[in-house]
Amino acid sequence: MSQSVEKVEELQQIAKELRRDVIYMVSRAKSGHVGGSLSAAEIVTALYFSEMKLDPAQPKWPDRDRFILSKGHCCPILYAALCRKGYFSREVLDTLRKVHSPLQGHPDMRKTPGLDMSSGSLGNGLSIGLGMALAARANEKNYRVYVLMGDGEQEEGAVWEAAMAASHMKVDNLVGFVDCNKLQLIGRVAEIIDIAPLADKWRAFGWNVVQIDGNDMEAVLDALDKVRKVKGKPSVILADTVKGKGVSFMEDQVQWHSKAPNEEEAARAIKEIMEGEKA
Amino acid sequence: MKADRFEFGDELILQSATRKDFVVCNPDTQSCGLEFFDRINPNHAFMFGIAEQNLVDAAAGIASCDTKVYVSTFAVFLTMRSCEQIRQFICYPNLDVTLLGCHTGLQIGKDGGTHTAVEDVGIMRSLPNMSIIQPSDGIVARSMARFSLDFHTPLYVRLHRSPLPEIHRSDYEFRFNHADVLADLGSDVAIVTTGAMTYKALETAELLKKKGIGAKVVDVTTLKPIDAETLIRVAAETGRVVTLEDHNIYGGLGSAVAEVLSQNLPTRMLILGIRDRFGESGDPDDLYAMHRMMPAQVAEDIEAFVRVK
Repeated sequence: MSQSVEKVEELQQIAKELRRDVIYMVSRAKSGHVGGSLSAAEIVTALYFSEMKLDPAQPKWPDRDRFILSKGHCCPILYAALCRKGYFSREVLDTLRKVHSPLQGHPDMRKTPGLDMSSGSLGNGLSIGLGMALAARANEKNYRVYVLMGDGEQEEGAVWEAAMAASHMKVDNLVGFVDCNKLQLIGRVAEIIDIAPLADKWRAFGWNVVQIDGNDMEAVLDALDKVRKVKGKPSVILADTVKGKGVSFMEDQVQWHSKAPNEEEAARAIKEIMEGEKA
Repeated sequence: MKADRFEFGDELILQSATRKDFVVCNPDTQSCGLEFFDRINPNHAFMFGIAEQNLVDAAAGIASCDTKVYVSTFAVFLTMRSCEQIRQFICYPNLDVTLLGCHTGLQIGKDGGTHTAVEDVGIMRSLPNMSIIQPSDGIVARSMARFSLDFHTPLYVRLHRSPLPEIHRSDYEFRFNHADVLADLGSDVAIVTTGAMTYKALETAELLKKKGIGAKVVDVTTLKPIDAETLIRVAAETGRVVTLEDHNIYGGLGSAVAEVLSQNLPTRMLILGIRDRFGESGDPDDLYAMHRMMPAQVAEDIEAFVRVK
């Protein structure tokens, strides 16, 4: 509880607006992943609008902090954040998933300004983040690297290759987030391949583990403050979230993993998000 | 005489005295002599153990920070265990990673089929943004190492376990996308070859000369892109093209040459190499003999090919 009320409220408002933009983009595109975008809104907002050292005027600034959306299918929330940061104009949001768009169905670092890495194939982001963190060693930089994974993604073996190596290498400029929204494409994570006990697994792999309510902005900010002080080991923030958060008919509903809202659903969803109550 | 994989690694170590703009990512294999690169270049080499997915992803992460990366290990693991990582995170974002795939082809010998890369060129050749080069001796490998430092898109270097006879002068300079005509003993046939087969192709040309058949030998040091101009020229001059490679006859040099000639100058071809089988344990020359890749066998097959009207 070390954040100012004003800061938390300002960031909560940004998270709302990013959620609104997710619904807007995906409904316009008639395709895309809303559920996991909405669950990650507080995490992405805290990173892009509070935590990360960035300069939208210089997207390739060598000293910038890096972000990898390892669960690349949830790029609508990231595109919304990059747009609001000023990497590109709002009209670009209308082009999501359309031909020649800088906003591909899954992130393409060569097309989207401000994007640090392409992603979409699950299980690889943490290893890539480890590489970025090691590049800071080679190039004598002090930037930090943040990787957002899904909870279903924890089923990928490569995640644990990276987990083992990063702690062995004592990489402390690498922070993982796991957006634990408890649903994967076709069902509940616990029923498909149970990843529990997840905190024990990360601890056993040598990581500093922080567990929070990932839809609580203040908790996300506090966790980021905490892990910034941890030296000699990487940190992972296990964020308990709700898939589809902010829209009553999408919350914890597996079909909203990759379903696009129609016009009427989008209007209801945006009203709920912005007014904070069921429409 | 050292294997080309060590010549490549030695040259990188030599260059690192003045160039600090690259790093090395190693798994737990002994491949190019770069395993202890960090002892002379602290914080410029990283060890990833037995975990190829993490190895290649991390290399991509480093390269995304404007730092050239070399990844060195057995080709069979590099191009297949981490194929998807190469595809998604090196080729798709077009990053500056040079992949050193060693122990390729039947030349690996005794380790057997699990360790023999017979399909790596076919796999790497089908990836957009990937370029492929292969030395035919240690001298070429050293020149390629110097070249690679200033090459900044995905590159696969196909290297060999054991030393190859030196067939180049010490002042040889590798030219990207340029095939070298190493012998011109006539215009009856062109032997287009690469890597560990090049010196065998030169021996074959000498055997053919004794049979009264004049052969040219073309060393394709860049497999992708490929020097279409030279290939079309020698095809026009000879009317018969034989490819010879230490790789499956599907997907490698033979396929690449056929793609060029069939679309530009349809030419009778004979594609020689590993006959769509996995490797097995044995001395390399015994294995080559099983696939009719020894010079006397190749000369016989070319003679039959040339004699057909």
